[in-house]
Amino acid sequence: MKICVLIKQVPDKDSSLNIADDHLTLVENNITWVSNESDNYALEEALLLKEKHGGEVIACTLGKDSAKQVLKDALAKGADRGIFISDSSFENLDILSLGKVISSTLEKENFDLIMTGLQSDDQGNSQLGLILAELLNMSHGTLVMGTEIMGDSTIKVKKELEGGWFQWTKLSLPASISIQSGINSPRYATLKGIMMVKKKPVDEVTAGDVSFDALEPKVSINKIYVPDKTKETQFIEGSPEEISEKLVEIFKNDIKVLN
Amino acid sequence: MKILVYIQQDQGKINTVSLEALKGAQEIAAQTGGTISALSFNSDVTSQLAGYDLAEVLLAEDDKLNTFNPLFYLKALEDIAKAESPDIIVFGHSYEARDWAPRLSARLDIPLISDCIGFKKEDKLTFIRSIYQGKLNSDSVVNNGAFIVSFQSGAFRADGLQSGSAEIRNVTVDLSAVNDSISPEEKFQEAEQAVDLTQADVIVSVGRGIGKEENIAMVRELSKTLGGEIAASRPVVDAGWLESSRQVGSSGQTVSPKLYLALGISGAIQHVVGMKGSKNIVVINKDANAPLFEIADYGVVGDIFEIVPKLISGIQDSQ
Repeated sequence: MKICVLIKQVPDKDSSLNIADDHLTLVENNITWVSNESDNYALEEALLLKEKHGGEVIACTLGKDSAKQVLKDALAKGADRGIFISDSSFENLDILSLGKVISSTLEKENFDLIMTGLQSDDQGNSQLGLILAELLNMSHGTLVMGTEIMGDSTIKVKKELEGGWFQWTKLSLPASISIQSGINSPRYATLKGIMMVKKKPVDEVTAGDVSFDALEPKVSINKIYVPDKTKETQFIEGSPEEISEKLVEIFKNDIKVLN
Repeated sequence: MKILVYIQQDQGKINTVSLEALKGAQEIAAQTGGTISALSFNSDVTSQLAGYDLAEVLLAEDDKLNTFNPLFYLKALEDIAKAESPDIIVFGHSYEARDWAPRLSARLDIPLISDCIGFKKEDKLTFIRSIYQGKLNSDSVVNNGAFIVSFQSGAFRADGLQSGSAEIRNVTVDLSAVNDSISPEEKFQEAEQAVDLTQADVIVSVGRGIGKEENIAMVRELSKTLGGEIAASRPVVDAGWLESSRQVGSSGQTVSPKLYLALGISGAIQHVVGMKGSKNIVVINKDANAPLFEIADYGVVGDIFEIVPKLISGIQDSQ
């Protein structure tokens, strides 16, 4: 089983986000960068499948220089090698164009499985896995909460539907699946794993290596901004004692959930 | 401007998010002078759609379209898009749509702006998305050509749909060459929903800010003191600290209690869609920039570990 896991570097959830003067990008110096949360679950699922069925796990990311760190983290956890796609001309591309860049890079690898996280915690497009499935002619499944390999040519995935419903779906390999968070418990890197990182190869891919030339964005972002407040919020201040007193009063007299 | 809206259904019942998206399409049409065709694969649904203010209703019927299989749905919409040449294809951003709309974008080679929370008419149609887990918004435009857009649950109100009288037109699709590389089995529910949060007057809900499992006890006590139910956002359930039947949000329950007290929940959109209808939202979070404050009636920027114990004793003293 040859598995590719796509991992994106995103700001840590606790990072405060400040918009730069161009109203398009973030001020980067106070951002802590991490691997996207659901991608961690995808990596773990890939490593579990490899441990059970053998094969190879290749971690791939597209991003700036700093994004190489997510590959190192994946290699430390047990991925066998990395693919690092990076070029300034990729920076403003929409997700369909990025999908073409990535698919043209991955095509020659003939992966049995491509695994992505459900969606990225930055742009949250939630599209890449399916775009790759179409461009690479694979079957697909989204919001996957369980996997089961059935012989050489089929994987069965448990998909999460809305309202507490689930559905097992058989996918012919090769397949592209997007992993929902909570499917497993992602491991931490061991010291030995971290020591191994240097010995594992990382291929670097730039615009010149990509056989697809239409690097014109189909969608442009005009600006990013802090959303307008939709509600008038009454802020309660003071010491913990004072705050709790005021809240009790509000629960009693305004919201009327206490007698 | 020709707008094609795909209406999702299950056994003849229209998916609400699709109807909301249809209302979004009516607003786009009103502002751009466009015309709307609503498409369904079910004839009960098309009869219902005929009662709305639309240019027409399209019906594509085939046994292979009775239940959802992304490959058959894709081919059907590919055929219809090629025959009808819409400028915009609109989806409601449901879990089902997530399982085929992005692939349709790649197949038709037109972009999909997914999960939009609204639009505005500037020089061009501009679509608003919620990014960075609800912390920021972005304005997106399509540079040229046709495109697909999906609207998030709650982006528009289905009860504002304009009624009218539309003709139903049958359209044909050819699914004979679609392969069976994706084969869905029967849907099932994991277990009885152990807790019905929808009936609770008071919900005390806890998020990532709780830090570790041991701290849940404090929240449990607060919810007991308030006579309410304890609930959580997804990260807490993923960590195994509370059972999944207590999850509020797009993959959990949708609630509207009298009091929704959110502790250490930042307010990712997947959570917000499940609780924004609450009558009173009280948010306690140490991060003043937590997006959940945007929909809070009452807000406390502070440390839940200092405030919650005081709140428990304060409520007990007041009784």
